[in-house]
Amino acid sequence: MKTVIVKYNAGNVISVTNALHRLGVEPEITDDPEKLASADKVIFPGVGEASTAMHYLRQRGLDKVLTDLNNPFLGICLGLQLMCRHSEENNTPCLGIFDLDVKKFPPKDKVPHMGWNKLDMIEHPLFKGTPEHTFFYYVHSYYAETGPDTIASSEYILPFSAALHKNNFYAIQAHPEKSGKDGQIVLQNFLKL
Amino acid sequence: MLTKRIIPCLDVMDGRTVKGVNFVNLRDAGDAVELGNLYAEQGADELVFLDITATVEKRKTLVELVRRVAAEINIPFTVGGGIISIEDVSVCLNAGADKISINTAAIDSPDLVDRLALEFGSQCVVVAVDTKQYGEKDKVHIHGGRTPTEINTLEWVKEVENRGAGEILLTSMDHDGTKNGFANKLTSKVSSMLSIPVIASGGAGNMHHFVDAFDSGKADAALAASIFHFREIDIPDLKNYIASYGIPMRI
Repeated sequence: MKTVIVKYNAGNVISVTNALHRLGVEPEITDDPEKLASADKVIFPGVGEASTAMHYLRQRGLDKVLTDLNNPFLGICLGLQLMCRHSEENNTPCLGIFDLDVKKFPPKDKVPHMGWNKLDMIEHPLFKGTPEHTFFYYVHSYYAETGPDTIASSEYILPFSAALHKNNFYAIQAHPEKSGKDGQIVLQNFLKL
Repeated sequence: MLTKRIIPCLDVMDGRTVKGVNFVNLRDAGDAVELGNLYAEQGADELVFLDITATVEKRKTLVELVRRVAAEINIPFTVGGGIISIEDVSVCLNAGADKISINTAAIDSPDLVDRLALEFGSQCVVVAVDTKQYGEKDKVHIHGGRTPTEINTLEWVKEVENRGAGEILLTSMDHDGTKNGFANKLTSKVSSMLSIPVIASGGAGNMHHFVDAFDSGKADAALAASIFHFREIDIPDLKNYIASYGIPMRI
């Protein structure tokens, strides 16, 4: 099985690579369209700022490459946000895979939302084997609204999409690579899809 | 609901953990990565590795430690201790650290905080503040607490927040090593005036001290070292105890 991580300017590649190593998987980090299209699994991690990341993807035509993929694709953190329609972060049009807007948390509590928060999920292959009330580790200031593609939600100041699924596209706002045993289960479930 | 975090701190010298009472009299408590992993399995929410190696080989041993931790441990961790430059930070983050903490270096050149936030993002910049009370005033100490400064703690934490710090690790030197509880009054002041998370540190002696740190101290996270290293408090017991007071915990 071939697992690739999308190479771009906002990937937190080390943590995800380490997590995959712990699952016995050696990922390739690439922005080669052919390798992305032929991989068994594509992971799209992200830590950083939306407009800079989207600018980089567009410049290299990766926006089109990613949205055209048919293989199982997992966006993590900023990756999830970039897969939505639009982000309030520097008013950035995003990939539009999920028909959702990304907004900044209102300053009613400390922002960023940082730490472990509970996920309320529907029954879904991505969460198979995790306890009903699982906690994941979050670090983010922007959130995707909930919508028909939401398969898990969390609540901080307001409810938001913790995980999304549409066709071959999966996304999770928290960091499964840093979320202990349950995070590892979710990554493992994705690899088994 | 966002949970309050329990953070064991591992003081590390040459890859092995040590803990000082009031920053001196070090005792060995085992292999840093092994101990970190044990804490992660027990339910620690994050780990802090404070490197106190003071040799010319320091950077090399620190990076080696970060690499080993990042490879083996699946929860977030912060690394600190003698990080003084953008280059130090870059090396640690590239080796897999989630956050770095700076202390003396931020006092020496406050704009380091701005530069780190800009270059790597606020989320990975923790400013550690060692503070001591003088009458009505709290003053920042540097060099592992050995050197007092004239800088007012409350002014300093606000300044580093404005400069882009993502989190404050607040260690009360008056409480550290006493096992009489955290500095809740000061922690509460700091937490209330900032919009970034505050980690309370120094003084944990029993399980109820953590409840107080979250309730009256308004801390977002609480850090302790020796009570965990010497098995005086078990993390699962601690988290259940705190949760029984209605404080959100990841259990």
